[in-house]
Amino acid sequence: MKPRDFDLPDADVAWCPGCGNLSILRSLKATLAELEIQPENLVFVSGIGQAGKLPHYIKGNVFNGLHGRSLSPATAIKAANPDLIVIDVSGDGCMYGEGGNHFMHTIRRNPDITNLVHNNMVYGLTKGQASPTSQRDFNTPLQVDGVFLEPFNPLAVAIALDASFVARAFSGDRKQSIEIFKAAINHKGYALVDIFQPCVSFNKVNTRDWFREHTYYLEDDHDPQDRNLAFQRATETGEYPLGIFYQNPDKSTFEENLTVYRDEKTPLYQRKLDKDKLRALVESKR
Amino acid sequence: MPVFLKEEDISIVLCGEAGQGIQTVEVILAQAVKQTGYHIFSTKEYMSRVRGGENSTQIRISSDRVASYVDRIDILLALSYGAIDHLKDRISPNTVIIGDPEHIKSARESENISSGLNANFIEIPLMQTAEDIGGIIYANVIVAGALSCLLDIPKEIFDGLISDMFARKGPEILQNDLKAGEAGYTLGKGLMESEENQVRLSLEAHSTVRDELLLSGTDAAGMGCLAGGCRFMSSYPMTPSTPLQAFLAGNAHDFELVYEQAEDEIAAINMALGASYAGARSMVATSGSGFALMEEGVGLAGMTETPVVIYLGQRPGPAVGLPTRTSQEDLNLALYSGTGEFPRIIFAPGKLEDAFTLSQQAFNLADKYQIPVFILSDQYFADCYYNIPSLPLEEVGNEDYLIKTTPDYRRYLITHDGVTPRGIPGYGEGMVIVDSDEHDEEGHITENLEIRTHMVDKRLKKMDHIRKDALAPELVGSDDYANLVLGWGSTYWPIREALENINKKGLNPDSRKTSFLHLKQVYPLHSSVTDYLEKAEDVIILENNAQGQMANIIQLETGLEIQEKFLKYNGMPFSVEEVEKRLLQFMGIEDSGPDGHDKPSGEVL
Repeated sequence: MKPRDFDLPDADVAWCPGCGNLSILRSLKATLAELEIQPENLVFVSGIGQAGKLPHYIKGNVFNGLHGRSLSPATAIKAANPDLIVIDVSGDGCMYGEGGNHFMHTIRRNPDITNLVHNNMVYGLTKGQASPTSQRDFNTPLQVDGVFLEPFNPLAVAIALDASFVARAFSGDRKQSIEIFKAAINHKGYALVDIFQPCVSFNKVNTRDWFREHTYYLEDDHDPQDRNLAFQRATETGEYPLGIFYQNPDKSTFEENLTVYRDEKTPLYQRKLDKDKLRALVESKR
Repeated sequence: MPVFLKEEDISIVLCGEAGQGIQTVEVILAQAVKQTGYHIFSTKEYMSRVRGGENSTQIRISSDRVASYVDRIDILLALSYGAIDHLKDRISPNTVIIGDPEHIKSARESENISSGLNANFIEIPLMQTAEDIGGIIYANVIVAGALSCLLDIPKEIFDGLISDMFARKGPEILQNDLKAGEAGYTLGKGLMESEENQVRLSLEAHSTVRDELLLSGTDAAGMGCLAGGCRFMSSYPMTPSTPLQAFLAGNAHDFELVYEQAEDEIAAINMALGASYAGARSMVATSGSGFALMEEGVGLAGMTETPVVIYLGQRPGPAVGLPTRTSQEDLNLALYSGTGEFPRIIFAPGKLEDAFTLSQQAFNLADKYQIPVFILSDQYFADCYYNIPSLPLEEVGNEDYLIKTTPDYRRYLITHDGVTPRGIPGYGEGMVIVDSDEHDEEGHITENLEIRTHMVDKRLKKMDHIRKDALAPELVGSDDYANLVLGWGSTYWPIREALENINKKGLNPDSRKTSFLHLKQVYPLHSSVTDYLEKAEDVIILENNAQGQMANIIQLETGLEIQEKFLKYNGMPFSVEEVEKRLLQFMGIEDSGPDGHDKPSGEVL
């Protein structure tokens, strides 16, 4: 398959020229093509924000729901039909702000879905307020004294909760991003990829160059199965590591744990009411 | 000389603290009574606490069908110090209070209680007997045994139920429980044969009752959900919707459905919508403030045209309100929930058969019109039990509305009736694209204002057909009426029994006939509702809320104003007696009956 197999020629792309999302979109199309994933088996789930629009610019099924809520439908879509490949695309506000509770509990559930979080450390769609990942002293029209809250550290939180796959990518490096995306999609279980991405309109601090200068890749000999080490690396600030921090291949997934699939893998929509069982249940009340 | 003799319809109330096993007595007695061939109705009222407080269960045992709450207490089994005080407003000179000497003594000595309390007290050595068997935990089974004896329930039926219930707890506990039952029967026999404190109950058993179903409102709704093909439920526990969650979770293995306890109600409804998008018939169950959290998701269902069934167990609000009490206060909340404008259906079952059928149809209609459908239950309805001959199982028919998509599939194709054939991801070659933003026919986000208008029209156009599909109300009584009593949801049986009582007592002269119209679909209303109302000279509505929410919807939908309202909002259901009294006023008849000991309960005009 070719990346263009995922093109939607009529898409009215609403991102700013030079937006980091454009690179992510290109990397994602290349990833899906390399993995030979058929668009009809693919479901993109998103919330609200600029990242949430990505599913409208790529070929696949789409559930573009509410701000911060995307992980809930994504989990349920996978649970209702485990044959589908589910990719959740969200931003830092959607995932770590409004959706923080769902982020935490989805990690606990460990559905086999991929969670791509476009992290530009600012609210772009609402034009430039602080996000949970904004750096200290970031000035905005709402944070007039500068941000004085500790930035949310999604990787450290995810590793603390034993998320089964935790990685960070940088949108400006498409080659490496594709490798990380492939690993995340191929991983069985919940896979978080936090993607550093510049917002060219509203974040004049954390620019493309800033990300380039403040990131580096984890060493080749980094052992992603060493959870303590992964946690330690995730707490590094100043210079931010990129790559696959942590991977736990031994965890069972949410849908694997559902008894409904223990003997039979049929998706829920294909199952029919067993009237005899219903009759027996009713009769048991006599 | 017998102190107490009662025939036909007996109201027994058990009262004690949470944790004393009153529910166990309820379960044993309800089964024993039905298996003996008597009709049974039970309902409980309880405080929001795990241990302590005063909780009571009413069990009506009757030679004829019964299905509603009465204030009347014929026999009160007082199992705690506070029991008599807790129920003093419902105790009449005809009430026999049976209890442990200590509990009765404390009540008799309390100025607060005994002044004005004119009842018959019978002491039985409940606690001592329980201690002798192995501990006060056996008191509940002793009570069950004593009542079973008084009700002439065959001992083998009783022992069988005890064995079913306690076998899993091990042979020693089972033996003790059987002994406790035996001791109860002995105490009961003592009461029947006592010279000074004789209690005699005489009921007519019907062999047909033995084979009937004994169900709660929750059971009936739950079976309806299974019948409707429910495959996915995500919810957050909240009284009084938790029993339905437990029912479906408990049947999840047999009926191949997924139950997931979500981290909050927001996740619950968004999960249900995700599962529904993937083709699984999905639902949530919640109550007032839990539902308030789901409202954004209701709007999402409306915008994305994703079917979902919402079971809303009402209880008094605002906010946390009275968590364990009953109300009909969330009709407006259901009707107006969600941003913007889109169609919905709201059902409110009043009897078990309706709960089954409406729940099943809720899934079918949600799928047919791709909308949210509500089942408005409440604490009273969810928690009450009674026997019915059967459920209309044979009428269950689920339409399959899913289609296999073609490559050019458009999820929001504009059709003549607003309903687009529904595809799901992974079934066919097409892409299924849904969006919470306004979208074009393909499902992609749009800010084209012309498309916006078309899409609003498409969604609202469904309403014409939904109205045509609306379920007709049930008219109880003659077509030829002058007075019309209106009710919806769980008030069905109290209103019906009150009217039947009035007729039985011959208090209602034929010149102005009174009939009862029950609404089981409360939105949108069936077209006949207007006709029924226009035909009546006088109309009264009964609602468990303070503002007459249904009356207001009726006015909105039909333009007809309902002048008389009987509204109760203290957290308790309507009792037959108070309905009877109010309806006699409505009918212009003075109540000269003997049952006039009901108390004001927060009602206004």
